[in-house]
Amino acid sequence: MDVEILSRIQFAFTIAFHYIYPPLSIGLGLLLVIFEGMYLKTGDKRYEQITRFWIKIFALIFGIGVATGIIMEFEFGTNWATYSKYVGDIFGSALAAEGIFAFALESGFLGILIFGWNRVGPKVHFFSAIMVFLGSMFSAVWIVVANSWQQTPAGFRIVGEGMNARAEITDFWAMVFNPSSVERLTHVWIGAFLAGAFLVLSVNAWYILKNKHLDIAKPSFKIALFTATICSLLQLAAGHKSADGVAKNQPAKLAALEGHYDSLATGDMYLLGYVNNKTQQTTGIRIPGGLSFLLHGDFKTPIKGLNAFPKENRPTQVNAIFQFYHIMVGIGMTMIALTLFGTWLHFRNKLFDKRWVLWIFVWAVLLPQIANQAGWFAAEMGRQPWVVYGLLRTSDALSKAVTANQVLFSLIMFMVVYLLLFILFLYLLNKKIVHGPVDYGTKEDIEEGSKRDNPLLVH
Amino acid sequence: METFLGLDYNVWWFLVFGGVISGYAILDGFDLGAGALHLLLRKEQSRRIALNAIGPVWDGNEVWLVIGGGALFAGFPVAYAAIFSAFYMPFMVFLIGIIFRAVAIEFRSKEPMLWWRKTWDIVYCGACIIIALSLGLMLGNVALGIPLDENKEFAGNWLSFFNPFAFMVSITTLALFMVHGSIYLTMKTEKRLYARLRILSRNFIIFFVLSFVITTLYTLLYVPHLSDFFRTNPAAFIIPCLMVLSIANIPRQIKKGKYRYAFISSAITIALLLIMVALEVYPYLLYSTVNPANSITVHNGASSYKTMKILLTIAVIGTPLVAIYTSFVFWTFKGKVKLDEMSY
Repeated sequence: MDVEILSRIQFAFTIAFHYIYPPLSIGLGLLLVIFEGMYLKTGDKRYEQITRFWIKIFALIFGIGVATGIIMEFEFGTNWATYSKYVGDIFGSALAAEGIFAFALESGFLGILIFGWNRVGPKVHFFSAIMVFLGSMFSAVWIVVANSWQQTPAGFRIVGEGMNARAEITDFWAMVFNPSSVERLTHVWIGAFLAGAFLVLSVNAWYILKNKHLDIAKPSFKIALFTATICSLLQLAAGHKSADGVAKNQPAKLAALEGHYDSLATGDMYLLGYVNNKTQQTTGIRIPGGLSFLLHGDFKTPIKGLNAFPKENRPTQVNAIFQFYHIMVGIGMTMIALTLFGTWLHFRNKLFDKRWVLWIFVWAVLLPQIANQAGWFAAEMGRQPWVVYGLLRTSDALSKAVTANQVLFSLIMFMVVYLLLFILFLYLLNKKIVHGPVDYGTKEDIEEGSKRDNPLLVH
Repeated sequence: METFLGLDYNVWWFLVFGGVISGYAILDGFDLGAGALHLLLRKEQSRRIALNAIGPVWDGNEVWLVIGGGALFAGFPVAYAAIFSAFYMPFMVFLIGIIFRAVAIEFRSKEPMLWWRKTWDIVYCGACIIIALSLGLMLGNVALGIPLDENKEFAGNWLSFFNPFAFMVSITTLALFMVHGSIYLTMKTEKRLYARLRILSRNFIIFFVLSFVITTLYTLLYVPHLSDFFRTNPAAFIIPCLMVLSIANIPRQIKKGKYRYAFISSAITIALLLIMVALEVYPYLLYSTVNPANSITVHNGASSYKTMKILLTIAVIGTPLVAIYTSFVFWTFKGKVKLDEMSY
């Protein structure tokens, strides 16, 4: 394997692993603000317990998110040196803004959120929760802005030629609000809220099924269910807006998402299907003209197909892109159905008696995770063969100084380390969940509790 | 080119970048130093206190590394690309150190079993030592210069990074962090642990002074181009002199029991050491040992004037904000460590 494919695999692997955690941090951040806000408003001790419990889980997730995120910032330089030089003038300011406005805010107040219960008053603590949540939202802003610029570059000019060409900023705000950043950011944020809400749903559904911590599990479940219902409906609109943008700005990507080759034909919409990359045939269950209807409001308008683009300017892994996209859309629809059904049951006061529904919610934690990953794979593979759309090819973006053996070494190292991390993460997460939101109550209880947790403290 | 107070924007950004790197070295320096001496603390209770002394702040400190990386990427993308692709292997080791340090802190206290905690203690301590050593190794090589071709990309063998000078810088970095970390811990501890850390910090100061003297002598004898700046600008000798004074001040303040002043002194030592390196390499960001014309400077490796202006605006808005809430966090957790149910 050559440096290019190894570097792509390494980047995809490290970013995909990283992306398990930030959406959970953003989503849980939102719920923490809601839970702690309810506590401050009602003074109900149960909400304090819920908040304390989820902060512990938040800390675990956040820790791994930070550790794996630092890798990403430097991987541009280690593996994609030419790319870094090309985009540094533009991408760099977004990244610097992310560090100084988002990460510093998030990490600073996280200390108070986790360790500050006995050191600051409830209002300052609640303020810290809001700051941590805002910090995680901001970090999504800057990184999605940078990525969107790669998809739809704006506010720049090219200086230099050949391998020394690079993009220079001409208009900062045009770069920030490039044609795709707002719609993609909304899509990413809502995806993150769903990840957080479904984790809370899953854990509390399990408590209800096991008849544990019911006084805490039921209100938590309800809050998370409303959040998830609203977000999955909003995601339908945000996703549609995003697809519209792709049709306008990246027609080759859109054609790949639906496996559409022929520019003279109307665009079909597939529910399930398969693209034969060689024969350029797409088969499956489809709505004839569905894509045309979605984009133009009638079933007749032809959609620009992959064949309208020169071979070297369009993605080759069309089937993979098609599948990732359809997995994402399918899961999105499933989440809408599931949350609406859950809400309907709740209003008929039957939700907590239907054990099979609760079991679905226990496992549904995987849905937003898979959808988030699949969506990003579709977006980034659909961008190929460009790393900056229409300007810089992925194959030209590499580090010249790095050899295939070095990348192979680091790739294997990351795989081993991340596998170990993931096993430990699941083990500790499971342990915290099984342990549950126990009541620490009085000071004596706290000491008793910490002795129980840490037998070594006894002597 | 537009200037501000007689310096052009590129030089200003070089100063900002240097400031962020110094900030990282001072702030994460004490976390790393505390981690590097972790195994020298024998009791479980001592280790927990040491961990919780850095617990609420280490994550925020590490953010300075992220800001530094962003600052280099944004302001000097050519240097960012050349440095990280050249130092591919040592940097990957560094990153693995960063991952393991973070998860060791996070995971250690989650299980009561002795073997579990001892394993994570070893991982934690090892990761901190590796981070400090690899940072020093890269700093040493950046100071020395590396072979760069006409496209300003690395054109050498990465095994050449393991040279005597870089080794010495690497050991000196570790020693300085251990001084810094042990002083930080004395501020945060009481009773017997505190007494033990006092002794440790004294030993680390001896270790640091020795390695610093050897590195300096070696530089003067074998790497003369690194002292050019001081030869041509004798007035600049005030900086190494100040540094000697601030090092000497550390044991003096420790003896008086004024740990906060000792800590400030070791922070100043770190800053002065980096200022010396910066003065020696300036205007180069990365010096090419094969042909000086291939070197990357603060001007030929920089982003456009417009980006510099945007970056400086971000820095002017962002720095006071970061300063305010960082001080707020440190103020919240001031004083000796008290373990409670949320502690590590």
